[in-house]
Amino acid sequence: MSEPILSVRGLNVMFNLRGKRLHAIRGVDLDVMKGESLAIVGESGSGKSVFVKTFMGLLDANGWIDSGEITYNGEKLTDYKTEKQWLKIRGGEIAMVLQDPMTSLNPLKTIGAQIIEAIELHRPLRGRQSYEEMLSLLRDVGIPEPERRAKQYPHEFSGGMRQRVVIAIAVACRPKVLICDEPTTALDVTIQAQILGLIRSLKAKYNLTTVYITHDLGVVANVADRIAVMYAGDIIEIGTCDEVFYDPKHPYTWALLSSLPQLGEKGENLYSIKGTPPNLFAEVKGDAFAPRNPQALKIDFVKRPPYFEVSPTHKAKTWLLDPRAPKIEPPESVRKLAAEGVSGFGE
Amino acid sequence: MANEEKREVLLSVRGMEVCFGKRRQRFKAVDDVSFDIYRGETFGVVGESGSGKTTIGRAIIRIHPMTRGEVLYRGQRINGRISRELDREVTRRIQMIFQDPMASLNERAKVDYIVAEGLYSSGVKYTRAEREAKVSKALSDVGLLPEFASRFPHEFSGGQRQRIGIARALIMEPEFIIADEPISALDVSIRAQVLNLMSELQKQRGLTYLFISHDLSVMKFVCDRIAVIHKGVMVELADCEQLFRHPLHPYTRALLSAVPMPDPRREKDKEIFVYDPAMHDYSVDKPRWVEIEPGHFVRGNEKELAEYRENVLK
Repeated sequence: MSEPILSVRGLNVMFNLRGKRLHAIRGVDLDVMKGESLAIVGESGSGKSVFVKTFMGLLDANGWIDSGEITYNGEKLTDYKTEKQWLKIRGGEIAMVLQDPMTSLNPLKTIGAQIIEAIELHRPLRGRQSYEEMLSLLRDVGIPEPERRAKQYPHEFSGGMRQRVVIAIAVACRPKVLICDEPTTALDVTIQAQILGLIRSLKAKYNLTTVYITHDLGVVANVADRIAVMYAGDIIEIGTCDEVFYDPKHPYTWALLSSLPQLGEKGENLYSIKGTPPNLFAEVKGDAFAPRNPQALKIDFVKRPPYFEVSPTHKAKTWLLDPRAPKIEPPESVRKLAAEGVSGFGE
Repeated sequence: MANEEKREVLLSVRGMEVCFGKRRQRFKAVDDVSFDIYRGETFGVVGESGSGKTTIGRAIIRIHPMTRGEVLYRGQRINGRISRELDREVTRRIQMIFQDPMASLNERAKVDYIVAEGLYSSGVKYTRAEREAKVSKALSDVGLLPEFASRFPHEFSGGQRQRIGIARALIMEPEFIIADEPISALDVSIRAQVLNLMSELQKQRGLTYLFISHDLSVMKFVCDRIAVIHKGVMVELADCEQLFRHPLHPYTRALLSAVPMPDPRREKDKEIFVYDPAMHDYSVDKPRWVEIEPGHFVRGNEKELAEYRENVLK
């Protein structure tokens, strides 16, 4: 891993909702390294989508970056004022694959036309050349008979095939960074596995840096080099894939892992996180997860924990890592995962 | 299974066939599917989109008419023309939980009406007080506050809305619940809550579930027996443990290989197995539905069955 391609420092994002202020991103620092594959994991409402939208200047009109900065390849994105400046970044440098392939394509245009539109917007190809490029893109994303399929409309494609088209459009402009926002949530498991495999192979082929956003930790074990766990607008733990799965430190990461049915014992209740995420209209005091954490320490309610370094690549914001903290063991299913892995799925 | 004799068949599907469209456009969504569901168990139906798994559930609850075959509920036929009393009885006994709680609740009705709707059409006249008592009981059974009755669905989160959907089924005091992808549209942390709620209700009331899903990782956790459906045809049926220990049919193995694992070591060297129906050569040797070990059925021709038998012995 080399230098960061995208770095975020002390980012705060606010929204104005009916006169009230919502603090959606609360001081996030993050470096996305060139060529890596990073997964951002969190519940709905944790701010993960809002966070990546700031990379492309796509915040809704009622949201703004309150403080902090985002640098992409030396350019300060947070200084951008006009749409024109953003157009250089969007698509050409950073591209995005959205969750629902049913709504992210134009139903009135053929697939081919939509891909060509993206190619001609960002690259100096025209006519025959862009047509050929479109066909090769369709082949790259695994759509058979590209000549025939290019003439069809989105409704003639299945969900998995549509997501392939969306991915083709995203890579058509040769971006450096590909952001995948829940790319497989709307799809079946078999198709999900294929799409994740496809993104991985395109990453290798086009030297992409990929950022996945998902609520399901189960999905990312296969695709991520590093995992950032997001809660209430803050990255509370970040580490390599192995570190987060086999040696998680934050109680919220424990909770997310142990609520996975893959790790559950049949006949027993699955671990479920009590309560609801904090209200971000009000100021959050201490560790945002404390009210839902049955083993929270006193200090968790008073003071916000800083990052504690576990290893050069692994850090977490929890007071449990403070040398003075009492020793609290992760739940049994998490320890079992580290010791034996997941079993019982047909060997 | 030791207590094979004691188990009572609650619902029995015999040779179900469901067709859509007419003449040239005719499409067979479910083709000769038969299975029994025992009282108190959770029976899983798994398959990809388009496999017909949802259609099976909907045909049982009589949303789609069957073109052939029959459904027996406690030994009584419930599909086709049935008497009015039986119709009411079945409507009460069999209830459904839907996939997307954002789409399955009437946005313009308050929660008390949504939950009580089944009571209005049950044929029994309830007084207002009785109805209200039943609604608040159903709401508290699913872990919601009875005060929520006067609110609208949009005021609730996805997990709470799914609970409302479950309360709506529970108020009829059903024996049998068809849950069609009840957690696919939910966040991981909320999935756990809904799964736990369903299993608690099963323990308290002896409910029987038909659990429809595309995700085998969830099924392993909740189901007692699992049927695998591909393109409207049942290809394998087994006890949950058997199916995960000895998946025989290539389609089952493909589904299993696609399940995402929260285990990087395992995922790194995982191979995804893609099922291609063209691998079967059924031109001469026709496939049959065979019980290959006790309680474990699979579809295959003689040659394949011989291989499967070897696999089971391993």
